[in-house]
Amino acid sequence: MAQITLSNLRHSYSPDPKDDADYALKKIDLTWEDGGAYALLGPSGCGKSTLLNIISGLLVPSEGRILFDDQDVTDLPPAKRNIAQVFQFPVIYDTMTVYDNLAFPLRNRGRDEETVKNRVMAIAEMLEVTDMLRTRAANLSPDNKQKISMGRGLVRQDVNVVMFDEPLTVIDPHLKWKLRSKLKELHQRVKATMIYVTHDQTEALTFADQVVVMQDGEIVQIGTPVELFERPAHTFVGHFIGSPGMNVLPCDVKDGGAFFGGDLINLEGPLNNVSNGKAEIGIRPEFVGVSSNGHGLSARVRKVADIGRHKVVEAIAHDKRIHAILEGEAPNAGDQVSLEFKQSQTRLYKDGWLASTPGEGVQ
Amino acid sequence: MKTQNQRAWLFVTPVLLLVAFNALIPMMTVVNYSVQETFGDNLFFWQGLDWFAQVLKSERFHNALGRQFLFTFLILIIEVPLGIAIALAMPRKGPWVPFCLVTMALPMLIPWNVVGAMWNIFTLPDIGLLGYFMNHTLGLSYDMTQDPVAAWVTIIVMDVWHWTSLVVLLAYAGLVSIPNAYYQAAEIDGASNWAVFRFIQLPKMKTVLTIAILLRFMDSFNIYTEPFVLTGGGPGNSTTLLSIDLVKIALGQFDLGPAAAMSLIYFAITLLASWLFYTLMTMNDNKS
Repeated sequence: MAQITLSNLRHSYSPDPKDDADYALKKIDLTWEDGGAYALLGPSGCGKSTLLNIISGLLVPSEGRILFDDQDVTDLPPAKRNIAQVFQFPVIYDTMTVYDNLAFPLRNRGRDEETVKNRVMAIAEMLEVTDMLRTRAANLSPDNKQKISMGRGLVRQDVNVVMFDEPLTVIDPHLKWKLRSKLKELHQRVKATMIYVTHDQTEALTFADQVVVMQDGEIVQIGTPVELFERPAHTFVGHFIGSPGMNVLPCDVKDGGAFFGGDLINLEGPLNNVSNGKAEIGIRPEFVGVSSNGHGLSARVRKVADIGRHKVVEAIAHDKRIHAILEGEAPNAGDQVSLEFKQSQTRLYKDGWLASTPGEGVQ
Repeated sequence: MKTQNQRAWLFVTPVLLLVAFNALIPMMTVVNYSVQETFGDNLFFWQGLDWFAQVLKSERFHNALGRQFLFTFLILIIEVPLGIAIALAMPRKGPWVPFCLVTMALPMLIPWNVVGAMWNIFTLPDIGLLGYFMNHTLGLSYDMTQDPVAAWVTIIVMDVWHWTSLVVLLAYAGLVSIPNAYYQAAEIDGASNWAVFRFIQLPKMKTVLTIAILLRFMDSFNIYTEPFVLTGGGPGNSTTLLSIDLVKIALGQFDLGPAAAMSLIYFAITLLASWLFYTLMTMNDNKS
């Protein structure tokens, strides 16, 4: 068990990187606290698997150091780092029984059979695979195979970190959430640091205490699920998390006020960044009110999607699409409506980054 | 009443004819000869199973069969491990992959009689490159035309040279199909190189290796051209394998009856051994 520190990490797959575009990881400084449940969230190709492989030692970073507590492990091979990793596709040893599969990492490290037995039984019980221990692993269903892969990761008691690289990709939807809650439960029982890589926001938000959002080889935001939802530090996070994602509207900033197509929009508070970058207003669909009372931004409803719990209204104002989430009654397509943004949730972004601060509101 | 569509015959008949002409009819001719005696002039006399009994009891047949099994056993025990070892040593990616693959495939592209002729000239004691080198440079006594042991070593080495590539290519195909995650997981699990081979590579290669062994068994058990061109079955009878002996009886002595019986027995042995091997190898696949 250890705290994991990544310091000034950069990685490029090309032997001779020239500019930023050649780097899969641009510059990562990050500390994973001992015992935390983390998710690494980002779209495909953002560098999250690269980062994971660097922590596990399957890749050596081009620049920067990795510390487990105070020990520099940058040049240690995976077997010496005492970590565990579960891959996207279940990796099982076909010819062995489930028991031998689970025992494999322990036997390789020369533990005596008594210890092996105790650990395997304990893990099998946690994963609810005790009745399969004698079966040959090749004959299991994909979700059970993935459980065994996870079990091999968890069977060593002293691992520094257990990493999951999109482990539920090949699992049937109805088994997905079962395994997901199992993982959460396992984290509470074994208390090891866990890092869960995914591009699925639901998986990330349900599993993790802290979510690290990545884009293009950079960390965009680190926060609790609530923080990511309520105060996205970057329009990318706003887009990526939430369904539908945050509305991002181009605007002009004049005299400290934000104007969207000529209409003044009230922001949450004063700006902390007065540079001349591209300015955008960010507002989550959950905080857009729709009425016909004429107060607020006038818009035309383009379509309404009923997705069960609530309705998603898509309206057009100044040629831009704005989503609103409504409970209960909703207007019909083609209706002329007024949109009102909840002021405390209306943010301003400069060049993608959050530039407004909470406050009483400015005019 | 249900209408019968007879058009399927159009598709089946050509295949039936093809198989009949190139397999069934020649095979039945052999069966025909195996139970009759003929003295030419198309005169045939019913012999029953006499030829079969004669072949099965003949010491000559036992010896040829023994040599055949020894040959097949030796080349399998060399070519399979060697083929796996070479496949493991080959690069999995990079610019050398096509080079290695083509180099490996080359021996298999050479016609069989050319292989025999090449090795004959190569190993002749006084003019062959290898033969001259062994005898006159190293001062070893190596003469595959006179010494049975040298003849055996030569046909074995020739077959290994010609056919190990097949095992290499099949084993290599099995190796490259293993996803990288298996190696990474094994590395994290602390597995030794031996454990990676034993628990990942070998099980994943099992299917292709079964095919490789089966093909090498059948081919080597029926081998004719290369040893015939190289040694002609000699010196003496020392490299007279089953097929060479069969041709001697059929076309040398013109004993068509015993030759027909012998070829049917030969065929049955090949079939039985292949079936046994395949059944044993795939027996555990569906068991838990």
